[in-house]
Amino acid sequence: MTKIEKWLDDNTFHHGEFWDILALVKEKEKKGLKISLCIPTLNEEKTIGKELVIFKSELMDRYPLIDELAVIDSGSSDQTREVAAAFGADVYLSADILPSQGFKRGKGENLWKAIYQLKGDIICYVDADIKNIHPRFCTGLVAPLIYRDEMQYVKAFYDRPLAFSQGIRPSGGGRVTEILVRPLFSLFFPELTAIIQPLSGEYAVRREVLEKIAFPIGYGVETSHILDVYKEYGLDAFGQCDLDQRVHRNQITLDLGKMSFGILQSFLNRLENFGMVDRLPEMSNFYRQFQAQENRYEQVVREIVEEERPPMIQIPEYREKFGIKS
Amino acid sequence: MIDPKARDTILRSLPNFREKLRDLREIVLANAVMIGEIPAPTFKEDARTRFLLDRFTESGLQNISCDEKGNSTAIIPGTRGKENILISSHIDTEFSAAIDHTMNITPDSIRGSGIADNSLGVAVMASLPSILEKLDIKLQHDLVLLGAVKGLGKGNLEGLRFFVNNTPLKLKSAICLEGVHLGRLSYSCLGMMRAEIICSINEDHNPDQSAAIVALNKIISRIMEIRLPQEPKTSIILGGISGGKAFGKPATKARLRFEVRSEKTGMVGEILNTIQTITEEIDSEELIDVQLNVVSRNKAGGIPFVHPLVQNTRAIMKGLNIKPRLAPSVGDLSAIISKGIPALTLGLTTGSKKEDDFEYINIDPIFSGIAQLLGVILSIDQGVCDDED
Repeated sequence: MTKIEKWLDDNTFHHGEFWDILALVKEKEKKGLKISLCIPTLNEEKTIGKELVIFKSELMDRYPLIDELAVIDSGSSDQTREVAAAFGADVYLSADILPSQGFKRGKGENLWKAIYQLKGDIICYVDADIKNIHPRFCTGLVAPLIYRDEMQYVKAFYDRPLAFSQGIRPSGGGRVTEILVRPLFSLFFPELTAIIQPLSGEYAVRREVLEKIAFPIGYGVETSHILDVYKEYGLDAFGQCDLDQRVHRNQITLDLGKMSFGILQSFLNRLENFGMVDRLPEMSNFYRQFQAQENRYEQVVREIVEEERPPMIQIPEYREKFGIKS
Repeated sequence: MIDPKARDTILRSLPNFREKLRDLREIVLANAVMIGEIPAPTFKEDARTRFLLDRFTESGLQNISCDEKGNSTAIIPGTRGKENILISSHIDTEFSAAIDHTMNITPDSIRGSGIADNSLGVAVMASLPSILEKLDIKLQHDLVLLGAVKGLGKGNLEGLRFFVNNTPLKLKSAICLEGVHLGRLSYSCLGMMRAEIICSINEDHNPDQSAAIVALNKIISRIMEIRLPQEPKTSIILGGISGGKAFGKPATKARLRFEVRSEKTGMVGEILNTIQTITEEIDSEELIDVQLNVVSRNKAGGIPFVHPLVQNTRAIMKGLNIKPRLAPSVGDLSAIISKGIPALTLGLTTGSKKEDDFEYINIDPIFSGIAQLLGVILSIDQGVCDDED
């Protein structure tokens, strides 16, 4: 069994494994952990109310799993903050947190300032645009951290196929993951291709990890997190949890281009920080994707060798045919 | 003997209930959203039933079960448990699983398919264990919670009928919950029949290829000519019509769905006979087939206006500034009333469930709706609603 296969077996979960929220609460209390749930927002008045109602009812009132439910807003021009406050969240304007550090507009800014503002030993980040919100979006991510002390960073992944005809189905991330991030990881950090959806916006992390990593404020925050945590703690610090379906608004291709540009910036910055730019490792010829069968995920490794032909003018037969001398 | 002190104590406690219920807002709303987002078209309610059973289990209820029709039931035990008070909500909706079931919440309202009819009713029932605990209400009698399946349309109240016909529990009274409208007070049922008429032609034998729609049109005209009595109130509702597929293609089939209602026992049957005669006449006159299919039927019945259950419920509504709207039911109530059990249907909030409009419910009036429900449950429990005759 390769390291990646072992990691997939040991560190990949399905939210259904953590259905017993009462047991989860008991374990959390036994370990004396505090959990903060943070929702970063920018103009999310349409979906934020439902997320808060579900989390507060199910994970605070019914089962006291989360100790703090916070919305950190980038300065919405709609009613996001008012709606969030009406449903009992602790609402913060990002610009008001750590004013000495100034304010930058971007999701990563909110995530970073949450570390200062919130009290939890574990912070669970959940995007605000999830239409089919459910307690599993939090329980599936914090449970591995509660039960497994060695785990530091748990990411969500989702089953995306719209239809498939046989037992085995392709599985993976969104368009930017499959077109940009997975090829980059396959080339430079093959072990990280085990993370099925590195760009998912839902993850739970221990405070002692969050406080030690830098935060790009824009699109590159998830990619840089993964690279930094991998560099410091290795693959075993990661977990990932299948949260089934996630329904959200789709981004247009132009926005995906902007996202890819930001991610590429962060990725190249990390290569530079890691001293890899002028010492590139031997690039792998193996491209790693995923397929799923029921709840089992396995990597599909394909060898892709991009062979090259020289300029035609260097070929003697060509030169002879077209009378090219010297 | 009815204890007037008990009645006054209940009435005085209602405004306090309403305020305390606000602390349970997220519990009720989360149930409404999660239930509302589980599709439950009539005959396909399994997923919603599972959710409800899980909720009953999490609340530590007793006798949690799913019967052979798919109804989910559980008991909140009373201190004496001598008799039982039934709280029933139909869990099916008119919406197919294919449509968007996303619920949207604002601070004032929830919008989404089926939220008014009847996800809120189911949600309030599912929240009752938490509500009673939070308000420290202990009942003497057992409270039986029933998530009834196969209630709407062709379901013809199959789940609820099965329960009341087969339960060994002695039911003292029953309350049916509907999401809207707050103030609804149904204590009697109209005689009701729902049916469809299908006209179809054989294209090879009928030269008039528009005959299906023409024949259905004739039938509708004849139905409209039926003389209906003003008193007791009787009506024929033409609810839906369909037929054909395109502008230029003659329709080979046309269908009418309609409902007949009457306050008078036997009147619905008389009208059905008249409509049957009309359809047979058209069937024999034209080169078409006419079918009349009765989808569901209920008998007229109920408790009288002066029954203490009705009178106390009106007093409870008045105490909460809810204006009662007395309206006979054509739904769940009839299955219970037919067994001689005193029963009511109550609405829980304001909102809309009009067919062409997007369904919504208002959040704030829900607390009055639940306070009203608690008042009626306590009144039944303490014998305030007993019919001394």
